[in-house]
Amino acid sequence: MLNRETATFKRTYAEDMALYPAPLPRYTILVLLFLFFVVVPLVSSEYTLGVANLLGIASFGALGLNLLVGYTGQISIGHAAFMSVGAYTSAMLVSIMGLHWGLGMIAGGAAAAFLGMLVGIPSLRIKGLYLAISTLAAQLIIEWGINHLPFIPGGAGGSIYMDKPSIFGFQLKTNLSFYYFIYVVLVIGIVFALNLFRTHLGRSMIAVRDRDIAAEIIGINIFKVKLTAFGIASFYAGITGVLYTYYFGVANYEAFTLVVSIQFLAMIIIGGLGSVLGSVFGAVFISLLPIVLDIFLRRVGGEFMEESQIAAITTQIQLMLYGGLIMLFLVVEPDGLRKLWRNITDYFKVWPFPYL
Amino acid sequence: MTLLLVAGVFGTNASANEYTIGLMCDRSGVTGTIGNLICPGFHDYIRLFNKQNRLPGHTLKVMEIDHGYNVPRGVEAYERFKAAGVMTIALYGTPHTVALTPKLSEDHILGTSPGFGSAAGANGERFPYLFPAAASYWSQVASAVQFIQNNWKGSTQPKIAYIYYDNPAGREPLTIIGDLQKQLGFELQTYAVPAPGIEMRPQVLDITRKFKADWVVAHFFGQTGVALKEFSRMGHPREQMIGLVWAGGESDMKVAGWDKADGYYTVQMAHVGKDHPVNQEIVAMYKAEGKAPPEEMELSVYYNRGVSWAALHSEAIRATVESKGPNITPADVKNAMERINGYSERNFMPPFKMSPQDHEGGGYVRIFQVHDGGFRAASDWMQGYRDVVMKHVVSGE
Repeated sequence: MLNRETATFKRTYAEDMALYPAPLPRYTILVLLFLFFVVVPLVSSEYTLGVANLLGIASFGALGLNLLVGYTGQISIGHAAFMSVGAYTSAMLVSIMGLHWGLGMIAGGAAAAFLGMLVGIPSLRIKGLYLAISTLAAQLIIEWGINHLPFIPGGAGGSIYMDKPSIFGFQLKTNLSFYYFIYVVLVIGIVFALNLFRTHLGRSMIAVRDRDIAAEIIGINIFKVKLTAFGIASFYAGITGVLYTYYFGVANYEAFTLVVSIQFLAMIIIGGLGSVLGSVFGAVFISLLPIVLDIFLRRVGGEFMEESQIAAITTQIQLMLYGGLIMLFLVVEPDGLRKLWRNITDYFKVWPFPYL
Repeated sequence: MTLLLVAGVFGTNASANEYTIGLMCDRSGVTGTIGNLICPGFHDYIRLFNKQNRLPGHTLKVMEIDHGYNVPRGVEAYERFKAAGVMTIALYGTPHTVALTPKLSEDHILGTSPGFGSAAGANGERFPYLFPAAASYWSQVASAVQFIQNNWKGSTQPKIAYIYYDNPAGREPLTIIGDLQKQLGFELQTYAVPAPGIEMRPQVLDITRKFKADWVVAHFFGQTGVALKEFSRMGHPREQMIGLVWAGGESDMKVAGWDKADGYYTVQMAHVGKDHPVNQEIVAMYKAEGKAPPEEMELSVYYNRGVSWAALHSEAIRATVESKGPNITPADVKNAMERINGYSERNFMPPFKMSPQDHEGGGYVRIFQVHDGGFRAASDWMQGYRDVVMKHVVSGE
């Protein structure tokens, strides 16, 4: 956040403990909230809101993965599988057992958290790439399970349709109503994550990431911390799956394949490991860039090509640019987009008198 | 970025006498090898349609968006189509079809998904705006069994082995083939090939040595080459093998070797080969423009599917304009689509018989046989056990 720390005096404990102690970031947050909850919905078209919804859901999922990979240092390539656990749990509870969608949402998160903790058990003994492979196994096992376990319905297509949720009799149908739904959930997720790393548990997670042996020596129960991290990250993943399910009106396992897991890893790596803001940047970058490139190339190509040629060519150029830009950003700033943002804010922290 | 997005969406100013078809495609994702053949076919037919002035005073325009087999990008493509005011949407990919089915009904836009989605999607009363518009896996397997019955000379019922790639699409025909087994009394064994499906020697050994199947029904997605090689190694006659729609592309035969595939029957949902008048007209169109005919047409199994897919869309729009005049809505096109009866673009594709209940169009297929490094028709357009299939379509499972 834009930040100028000079001349902020904390007079009470509450002020000292505030999430944003300095006034400027506080106002920035208020402006951002106003922008996202009042201005954007007012001026945006149905299409822009649809894209914003997808970005919001992706950000939530990336945030969850970052809690595990970026903050606790446990690599997971099974993130999408936990999303599918959330998706199917909620769809089954809501559409087949007729429970309230809110209950379905929490149950979806909880079921994913439970399975995530199970998968996290090997993390006590194995680390790094080995752990990555065991989470890969989880991805494959969960995919197989959804396809083959008899108590999971959905027919041969593996999909469960459900009605879209309604709040106080108002059914969420339009992109606008889902925009509010998704962004309120996202804000809750962000605030929780920001606060988590100001607590004992959050600090322990960072300590485990930085040097697990040292963390154990200073009295941190590594196993408990790692498992909790797996649980929280999977809870986020579960909720992400639930959001996708509610938004699309259907749970389908093919939306949560291994490729999706890897895409979420790409989001947090390019956004910045161990950063809440970075998760959002990364999710937006990875999800929006192909769309923007596609629209841009289509506009440029439309000037001198026929539609059939544009389609064949833009895809190739778009892939090259997409890959190239990812590499470029990582070469320019290996710590991700959040570091770029931080460089900018750091510059303005002392601007216009950097020599003082 | 936002500015670009807005410009991109609203920059496409559709003129009054131009109707847009939204075409989703996968050119860069896991099914790109097929998308890169189907989508050019789609474009070429629409270009031909416009060149031949089939809808006097109006033109059709294809707006293609590549989603790379990524679901959120497919949903984004749908939103972009909607903002651009398309008349119909061609949906590409099973997860995308499934994810967008509820939205189609909410927005009253017709979407077709030939070869994608689930077989139960043919139920027009349950999914009013979704048109599978090609034989589903249920209809395909029923036709395959019908074809086997027609060609079986033995005194008792044949032993049929069903070998499939173990995913939801692979398992989908199990209900139908199981029903038919009970009804007709043939002996049936099913064999699942787990992912990634490049190793199936145990299953093939089981089928040829233990079960000693008379006929094999194969349902694969890119693993066909391996299967044909294995069956040929075991000496199972290819004349007693039939593959469903994704198990019979030219590239599969190339992998297996055309000689090893010789005699293999494939279920097809469009004409195969480039000898049909429609293909010839496309070649002539390219020639008139001073260009070489499209390379994609060499792999005609998938290219022609794109052509027939486009033909169905254009026919629905043409019929709508003919009956309603130039000011039409996507909902009008949906009604016209439901009235299509017997349209087959000069026998290039099945004689679609749509109705408000049956969005599959009758589930017709045509069997082609691999012969001499190419395909030859082995049957006319045919339906198999329609009553059994429709029973399942109505019940939804």
